[in-house]
Amino acid sequence: MEIPYTISTRPDTGLWNAKIGIWLFLASEVMLFGGLFSAYIFLRIDSAPGMWPHGLLNVPVGTFNTCILIMSSVTVVLAWASLKMRRYRAYWWYMLATILCGIIFLVVKLAYEWPQKYDHFGIYIKPEALGKHEQYLGNAYAAEKELPPRLEITGHLHNRAALSDPNIKEYEVALDPLNADPTNPSMDRPHFFPLPVTDKIATIEKKDVERATMFLPTHNAYFASYFTITGLHGLHVLAGVLVFIYMWLPVSKKLYQRSPEHLANRVEVSGLFWHFVDLIWIFVFPLFYLL
Amino acid sequence: MSLKAFHIVFIIFSTLLAFGTGVWCVWIDLVEGLPIYVAGAIASFTAAIALVVYGVWFYRKMKRLRIIT
Repeated sequence: MEIPYTISTRPDTGLWNAKIGIWLFLASEVMLFGGLFSAYIFLRIDSAPGMWPHGLLNVPVGTFNTCILIMSSVTVVLAWASLKMRRYRAYWWYMLATILCGIIFLVVKLAYEWPQKYDHFGIYIKPEALGKHEQYLGNAYAAEKELPPRLEITGHLHNRAALSDPNIKEYEVALDPLNADPTNPSMDRPHFFPLPVTDKIATIEKKDVERATMFLPTHNAYFASYFTITGLHGLHVLAGVLVFIYMWLPVSKKLYQRSPEHLANRVEVSGLFWHFVDLIWIFVFPLFYLL
Repeated sequence: MSLKAFHIVFIIFSTLLAFGTGVWCVWIDLVEGLPIYVAGAIASFTAAIALVVYGVWFYRKMKRLRIIT
């Protein structure tokens, strides 16, 4: 039995079935991401002035990934247009380009951006011990310059065993430039081009530590939001890539030979999904990387 | 809404992002005064113009080919 309205439009809606289906699905996606974005905005508004982390992400890498996603939207729509013009070879190449863009985005995210965060370490110092670590925090200087107080020491953790071994009583951290030289005026602002960790090692006793973790979702509300939203977005990118790979494989050529318009419609609905995923990133990039 | 229409909406948002990134680079450059941000601003504004040109080209091409649904 043939499924009706995969090519022709339904008389009552004027649309073919998959198009209604994808828009209903995208409506639910708007609610999902809308809720997460709202949570992020409210968490940020609710934080004390100047205390929301800023400039922790790599802007050049984020910009590169944004360009990759915009390019993939162009190639997917050109793939669809090629099918409409019955040019399967051009479709095949455009679809391959789209798949490669999606894979590049995921590789950059999962093999470079996220591991950079997992490898970074942050220690929130207890309020009563802030004075003891003034050399790394520079709070007297910050107060003088009317900057928000600094409560955290960050860098690369040398003795990782300290995270799980209660017998190790201190953390050894190669400091970030801000904590290595906290009274340097160039450290008064966030840096959007990441600065390398310094050679200066600080030894922080565990008894002075309120909270210490790698830059993981558990570290603070900022990283919880960042990993949740970019992780969910990454899953959507992965789903899109898998669908595109299916439509790029020889099985799609058989459908094309039997019913080219049917394949064009399939590419259109998956292209709509892909555009939605890319549009989400258009909001993620400024919200997390720039503002 | 067809893919063509959604693509045009997407290009409009991308153009706004490119323009906004350019403004952000100018703003940061005023604070930091680093040449890399001037380069970023020029690249972003160029990208915004390129996206507008592409959007117009795409619309006209789709119209000419009658791929408007």
